[in-house]
Amino acid sequence: MKEALYLAWRYLAYHRIKTAILVTSITLIVFLPVGLNVLVGQSAAELTARAEATPLLVGAKSSPLELVLNSLYFESDAPELTSYGQVIRVAESGLAEPIPLYVRFRVREHPIVGTTLEYFEFRKLRFAAGRAMAVLGECVVGARLAASLGIGPGDTVTSSPESVFDLAGVYPLRMRVVGVLEPSHTPDDLAVFVDLKTVWIIEGLGHGHQDLAAPEAAAGVLSREKNRITANASVVQYNEITDENIDSFHFHGDLAGHPITALIAVPHSEKSGVLLMGRYQGDDEPSQIVRPIGVMNDLLDTILTIQSYVVAAILIVAVATLATAALVFLLSLRLRRREIETMVKIGGSRLSVAAVLVSEVVVVLVLGVSLAGGLTLLTSRFGSAAIRTFILS
Amino acid sequence: MSGDAMIRITDLQFHYGEGDFALRIPELLVERGERVAVIGPSGSGKTTLLNLIAGIATPQRGRVVTNGVEVTALDDARRREFRIRHIGLVFQEFELLEHLSVLDNVLLPYRINPSLHLEPPVRQRAVTLAERVGVVDKLGRFAHRLSQGEKQRAAVCRALIAEPELLLADEPTGNLDPANKGRVLDILFEYAEDRGATLLTVTHDHDLLARFGRVIDFKEFYSSAEGSARQEAPAPGVTR
Repeated sequence: MKEALYLAWRYLAYHRIKTAILVTSITLIVFLPVGLNVLVGQSAAELTARAEATPLLVGAKSSPLELVLNSLYFESDAPELTSYGQVIRVAESGLAEPIPLYVRFRVREHPIVGTTLEYFEFRKLRFAAGRAMAVLGECVVGARLAASLGIGPGDTVTSSPESVFDLAGVYPLRMRVVGVLEPSHTPDDLAVFVDLKTVWIIEGLGHGHQDLAAPEAAAGVLSREKNRITANASVVQYNEITDENIDSFHFHGDLAGHPITALIAVPHSEKSGVLLMGRYQGDDEPSQIVRPIGVMNDLLDTILTIQSYVVAAILIVAVATLATAALVFLLSLRLRRREIETMVKIGGSRLSVAAVLVSEVVVVLVLGVSLAGGLTLLTSRFGSAAIRTFILS
Repeated sequence: MSGDAMIRITDLQFHYGEGDFALRIPELLVERGERVAVIGPSGSGKTTLLNLIAGIATPQRGRVVTNGVEVTALDDARRREFRIRHIGLVFQEFELLEHLSVLDNVLLPYRINPSLHLEPPVRQRAVTLAERVGVVDKLGRFAHRLSQGEKQRAAVCRALIAEPELLLADEPTGNLDPANKGRVLDILFEYAEDRGATLLTVTHDHDLLARFGRVIDFKEFYSSAEGSARQEAPAPGVTR
């Protein structure tokens, strides 16, 4: 057997390009379905881990998937907006702790997450440098974002306008970075965290401007009636919140009516969660409450169905590839007829000659399957980290 | 003829499944240690004769006794084992395996039949043979990087590696230039001389016949299988 393997190896080494193509084919047809399975399994585990850690989400009645993807992974466009009143509603219910989320604006491509300090505690996020935001205009950035932009406490980031043509809408706001989070290998690593009110300022619901009572603003004042001063657009509005101008920032209208994209509800108990869900079941209820894990499981079921189709397609390709490989082998036997005849003529035993030929197939298969096994091992070893680093965060 | 024959063929009849080729050999005797050249027109069955003696082909009738063993009575596995241990074959087209180095080609018989065991003395013998035929510096090369003469010398080493008692060479000089013809024959004759081995060579090259102890003109053995034209051949024609 040793001699047959040696001769087979010499043949494969001599025809190294043909061998490499065959081995690569075998590797791919074995690795693709197996590796895909491992990767999908790990992706599912990673996705569901964050969903499992988020008990309930409340948002406007629209796509639950959009709500979950936006609130957990900061992906997809902002869902239908709900109001801060829902936060008050949940808090007053006494059934759960509400953590508001307003994920709509961005710093370049990175999401600005308007929330409260409870979010850090809830997600068990720790600070690598600096501190949490304390006043308007301060922000905390995720680890990967800080690394990619090369920023840290003391630097600034500026929110991006939703549209370059949105002249009357959202103005860029320069925000001071006061803290950097430790890596969590979650979408939090690439986010900019600000206080909810800071997002509302970005949106224009709150603003700071020149003191209209000050002499420098006199040129812009149109009328003064008791405490009501009307000014024109020449009054300077601040696009950065500083220690000097922070007192000028104020909000118009009822806070309860201000928008948020969702709120995380952390029920005090299982029963509280069920009761809270019950309160959102009415047909005329404008809001919805969802269990993220349920939404993600539905999504994963769809993905797994698609995966099974993909695997089936790969298996068909695999059969075709194996058939082609078999054809290549049979054709090479024809080409090698003289070589085989020579071995027979000089006295090669039937078993030994067959063993050489079979060994060639076996070596190719073993190499292909071993490489596929190695790749699968690497996938299972590093796939999880890669998913967390490149997909989830 | 003595009783110590290397090859004894009696009452042999052979034909292939298709075609009109037929071979009848009432009797053929080759003594141990003889150097015999077989000549004859193309298609007269010279190569078939070598195949029958080596047990590569089996006759429909008659006996072939080689080196004291009735080859025609052996099954396929035993014929192969007998061949690899006792017969060295040299071909006109060299038949070296292109994916093997010269050394691996020489050692090939030891890798394709478990009756031979590849041990260090065999490897040493391969090197010694290569030295004798002048290809020792080419042992690591693939066959396609050798000249025609070097290829045949490497092929001769493969035929001699198991130290056979009988050498069957099928036009071994057919593809060689005059200098290499002489050199290859020298190697075969030297081996036969040293080991007391028998050499049976098919050749078309009548210039070489003077070097052989006996020449068999083979045209007498061939006849058409059609009708009753198959003639009874006389004893092998012997010419000097």
